[in-house]
Amino acid sequence: MAKRTVNTNLITEKLAELSGAASCELDDDLIGALKEGLRIEESPVGRQILEQILENAKISRDTRLASCQDTGFAVVFLEIGQDVCLEGPVLPDAVNEGVRQGYEKNYLRKSIVDDPAITRKNTRDNTPAVIYTDIVPGDKVKIILTAKGGGSENMSAVAMLKPADGIEGVRKFVVDTVKKAGGNPCPPIIVGVGVGGTFEKCALLAKKALLRPLGSHHPDERYAKLERELLVEINATGIGPQGLGGRVTALSVMVETFPCHIASLPAAVNLNCHASRHKEAII
Amino acid sequence: MKKISTPLTDSVVEDLRAGDEVLITGTIYTGRDAAHKRMVELLAKGEQLPFDIQGQVIYYAGPTPTRPGEVVGSVGPTTSVRMDPYAPILIQHGLKGMIGKGQRTQPVVDAMKKHKAVYFAAVGGAGALIARAVKSNKTVAYEDLGPEAVRILEVVDFPAIVAQDCFGGDLYVEGIKKFSRSVS
Repeated sequence: MAKRTVNTNLITEKLAELSGAASCELDDDLIGALKEGLRIEESPVGRQILEQILENAKISRDTRLASCQDTGFAVVFLEIGQDVCLEGPVLPDAVNEGVRQGYEKNYLRKSIVDDPAITRKNTRDNTPAVIYTDIVPGDKVKIILTAKGGGSENMSAVAMLKPADGIEGVRKFVVDTVKKAGGNPCPPIIVGVGVGGTFEKCALLAKKALLRPLGSHHPDERYAKLERELLVEINATGIGPQGLGGRVTALSVMVETFPCHIASLPAAVNLNCHASRHKEAII
Repeated sequence: MKKISTPLTDSVVEDLRAGDEVLITGTIYTGRDAAHKRMVELLAKGEQLPFDIQGQVIYYAGPTPTRPGEVVGSVGPTTSVRMDPYAPILIQHGLKGMIGKGQRTQPVVDAMKKHKAVYFAAVGGAGALIARAVKSNKTVAYEDLGPEAVRILEVVDFPAIVAQDCFGGDLYVEGIKKFSRSVS
């Protein structure tokens, strides 16, 4: 099998570009969902908020000023083809250097502290990134950068449900998590749900669900139905834009699943704010 | 749409009700978690705050770095509840207004009622839009905290919504009650 050599300096370069793009160029599917939200929102305050959010996205795109001041934790997913041979700086260093350059060059906020519970000193360059690598078939490297805001991350949750809780238990956990979050995660939110796997696997599934195009559905119709029903149920809570009351609480609910242990039914909800930011590149 | 100016007085605060849309003009201070912790520690030691807090408004925000030739970076609100352990003591010392996002807890609501203070919601994630209301920006304390430093911002027509007022009115409760419905 022919191997393809990829220099990790190229990964650095791409990540520096993606950092700026993620914060200033909100995706078309998101803008479309927000416009649809504005069409159906009944609350005058809610409509006002959605109009401000759309105007903000336009200003950000036109002026390249970050759409939100919380330019996030850089969470980087790398899908590395198994026929790729990496050369150059060691991969985590290359990734962190890309984040460092991208956040500096694009005037993005540095929001990472060095130690979580004691010193909490800002690292001043938004590193380290959280890095996940998957080995996949092929000879390409796919880089996905998500800039994950702290406000929505804070309202996320994992539950080790009992198998007896079943799909209804999952449904209740998701809705309860959204209700408890209220206005804190900056609704209208995007709801990523992981079901199955282990404790950490289901949390990762929930995060990966947030990378899907908004409104896309699980390939298994039973879970696609759950996604549709959860969206209706969440939008019936009345939480609305910014939690101040309204019809549009969530723009999309996306569920990812994985087999699990006979004893377990893990479920995770990773919330994302309306400024869902992720960009990808393929080398 | 009500136009109000800072510093806030009791009568301005008493005139505001949950749900009112306002445009705020004047000076406001930014402060987040780390700055609040330091300010409350100063008060506990009987020392002076880095600015006179009487009638002032604190905006829970940490902007992106200012680009050359501009006044401020992206500057939307952060989640207010994290400041709830500190807010009552600042209100007791004269703080009249807070701008952030998300609902406040009971100790803050009680302090707002007792000392006449108001809580405004700004639109989270609209930092580029809000930046247009900021006319000047100067760091006044805790520069070492980076994005968490305390800044004084001069704002004109800063758009916000009265989310929780000094009478216990709460748009988070009233708004949700109005728009929630049962799913069959």
